[in-house]
Amino acid sequence: MNEVKTPILEMQGITKRFPGVLANDHVDLELYPGEVLALLGENGAGKSTLMNVLVGLYRPDEGEIYVRGKRAEIHSPKDAAALGIGMVHQNFMLVKTMTVAENIILGMSDLPFVPSMETVGKRITEISKRYNLQVDPNAYIWQLSVGEQQRVEILKLVYRGAEILILDEPTAVLTPQESHELAGVLKVMTDEGKSAIFITHKMEEVMEFSDWVRVLQHGKLVAVRRTQDTSPQELARLMVGREVLFRLDKAACTPTETILELQDVHADDDKGLPALRGLSLTIHGGEIVGIAGVAGNGQRQLSEVVTGLRRVTGGQVFIRRKDMTNQNPLSVIKAGVSHIPADRIGMGAVGNMAVSENLVMKGYREAPIVINGVLRPNRILEFAHKMIEMFRIATPTPQTRIKFLSGGNIQKAILAREIDACDGLLVAVYPSRGLDVGATESVRRMLLAQREEGMGVLLISEDLEELLTIADRIAVMFEGQIMGVVASDDADVETLGLMMAGVKREDLAVEIEDAVSTSTASS
Amino acid sequence: MIISLLTSVLSITLRAGTSLVYATVGEIYTERSGILNLGLEGMMLMGAVTAFATAYYSGSVGLGLVVALAVGAMLAAIHAFLTVTMRANQVVSGLSITLFGSGLASFLGQRLGPVSNNYYLVGMVGPKFTPIRIPWLSKIPVLGALFSQDILTYLVYLLVPLAWFYLYKTREGLNLRAVGENPQTADAMGINVTRTRYLYTVFGGMLAGLGGAHLSLAYTPGWTENLTGGRGWIVIALVIFAMWNPARAILGAILFGGINAVQFRIQAAGTTIPAEFLNMLPYLLTILVLIVMTWWEALSKRIGAPAALGNAYMREDK
Ligand SMILES: Nc1ncnc2c1ncn2[C@@H]1O[C@H](COP(=O)(O)OP(=O)(O)OP(=O)(O)O)[C@@H](O)[C@H]1O
Ligand SMILES: [Mg+2]
Repeated sequence: MNEVKTPILEMQGITKRFPGVLANDHVDLELYPGEVLALLGENGAGKSTLMNVLVGLYRPDEGEIYVRGKRAEIHSPKDAAALGIGMVHQNFMLVKTMTVAENIILGMSDLPFVPSMETVGKRITEISKRYNLQVDPNAYIWQLSVGEQQRVEILKLVYRGAEILILDEPTAVLTPQESHELAGVLKVMTDEGKSAIFITHKMEEVMEFSDWVRVLQHGKLVAVRRTQDTSPQELARLMVGREVLFRLDKAACTPTETILELQDVHADDDKGLPALRGLSLTIHGGEIVGIAGVAGNGQRQLSEVVTGLRRVTGGQVFIRRKDMTNQNPLSVIKAGVSHIPADRIGMGAVGNMAVSENLVMKGYREAPIVINGVLRPNRILEFAHKMIEMFRIATPTPQTRIKFLSGGNIQKAILAREIDACDGLLVAVYPSRGLDVGATESVRRMLLAQREEGMGVLLISEDLEELLTIADRIAVMFEGQIMGVVASDDADVETLGLMMAGVKREDLAVEIEDAVSTSTASS
Repeated sequence: MIISLLTSVLSITLRAGTSLVYATVGEIYTERSGILNLGLEGMMLMGAVTAFATAYYSGSVGLGLVVALAVGAMLAAIHAFLTVTMRANQVVSGLSITLFGSGLASFLGQRLGPVSNNYYLVGMVGPKFTPIRIPWLSKIPVLGALFSQDILTYLVYLLVPLAWFYLYKTREGLNLRAVGENPQTADAMGINVTRTRYLYTVFGGMLAGLGGAHLSLAYTPGWTENLTGGRGWIVIALVIFAMWNPARAILGAILFGGINAVQFRIQAAGTTIPAEFLNMLPYLLTILVLIVMTWWEALSKRIGAPAALGNAYMREDK
């Protein structure tokens, strides 16, 4: 069996320019049937752009696409769908107010004028079973967890009979277990002869999922490798153009005064259900306290309560021993609290405003940015230039609207602003989500630098690896309570996992004994 | 006595509400595609004056309707071009069309009339839609009023369920709702956002023209300055009251039409309350009921305006 396979998809010399940016520079790509191609590159390297060209959302300035050996003219996602190409976008493409079934059949042309939702539902259930993608066809999207929404995105492709699947960072928002399930689904699909292009920033996933790897850097294709012939270290170096340290040096922790103290805090979520149930936590200056837990156990509400964005229904919040319970966000900011929110474009930045304006969004109330109530444009620019250089934010100009930056660079801009304004406590929620290895490394460095400066850091993350490397203590959250706090040097993934499933730390010893005794009993 | 009173109130309610249902259903469709059309008042006035002038000279009310549909479509196409293609601000474009339409309608009313009336259309009597009594059904006490209406009102009985069915049960209705909620997603799913927005904006304009024609050819036959009396604005409010659901459009129209009918009866009975105050009542009460109802609904359910209402969409603009 040494025949030469012919590619099912070929992209040749694709070039795409945006105002001030060369997003794709003569990129070539080949995809073979039944195989998975991993597409790697730093934030802003042009991965999403290339894929958007492939599905007809962006019009390339140069280049040709061949599908199954034939030249293809793809002007819209409809053309792409007709060729069997489907994409899961980096941001969910779902209509929140519609049901799963409605979202799946949206825009399909070979559908009866009055579609029978029952038949549609049945087919969805069939496909869900085949690929182990459980989801209720009649549920509304807004009722689903992020993981379930991702399943709907994949069901959408399969339902439409896509043979070439493009998955743009599908695992960025998934928990490790969910990512693992996705790997299984992908395996089933490729066994059926489907092919996939898979974008991710996580090296383990590249090694686990893919057959081929292509690396983009600043819009150019810089490397093509067979997965079995490469290593995470080599790939990281190819992406970033320098050696990336997977381990960070960390000075010993020297905690100082208490910065944040939560006492028996209760709060509700948006639906009015209790989200925090008697949570107590203390953070000192000069330490990073990590919050581990499965998403949806009150982490978001915790960050909102600390930053004054959500009212507590019971308990107290102290910042530097001052009672800040239910104070407004401005007083909390003035007390020296900075916030890196999970929802970058929604809460962290104003998409339609310039990078420079976003950078001064915290400092604009004070001199020298404002003098006698009037903003000073030159000072703003000066400040922006300084920040852009210090934090290495890749933007065409400081005046570019921030929504045009890549995800990683938006995050860096938010980080720059918050770190600059931070004076006591930094609340960071999923700070490295969706960032490339280089950016992840620099974000972690910045957090460690804040700790060295004597700030307290509250780090909420779903990445246990991240918590174990940079946090000093890890608190595990489950259903709105802290199951226990462990020093990260004594912590291991198993113990954390058990606590994330709702086992209290003090019960853990007993639990392990039980496990040992039952296993000996059964053997 | 009481029976005949109720019959007449119901009858006037239906007749007063007809133009509103047309325009409301149309605007619901337009807004569902993400386009806010504040040009309704102008489109209704233009529909009314052109329909009446056409019917007056041709003697055909049918031809009057056709012209009103075409005029509404044309004005709406301008709105669609400005807001979808040129990506102009929808509020500004809509307001301009209302100003333009009202002015032009008033101008035409002073130029299209016969020489004998100094070119004025005001005061002329032309052909009109007359009520068609349906045998047997129209004899039922009170409810018989439902079956002694003009043809345009009968069409409303069909339009509302059809509009509801199309929006919620058909493939095209699904696509339309998606465009108004999330045009990025709709586009990625292969729906032509531009085409959809043009189509339903023009459709909404046609229904507004038709609503205007019902005023000048059936409800108060003839042409007077400002014939619509601000109904185009009431419709914008009724769309919110209807929660963008065509089936509920009828409730709003009945509300406004009903208060109107009662107010007519009070005036006819002779009272000391100034007529101006009574004329104001339907507007005032409609707004009040609207505020209370919408507030209550918004609190209890997760429905509201189409999420992308008022936003222009362009592909490569993130
Ligand atoms: N619609 C757009 N208009 C203007 N510039 C854009 C647009 N889309 C992307 N860009 C720019 O093109 C470059 C490539 O962006 P792209 O989103 O393809 O990066 P990416 O490799 O997917 O990054 P990430 O890992 O952060 O998702 C970036 O500099 C970005 O700012
Ligand atoms: Mg991307």
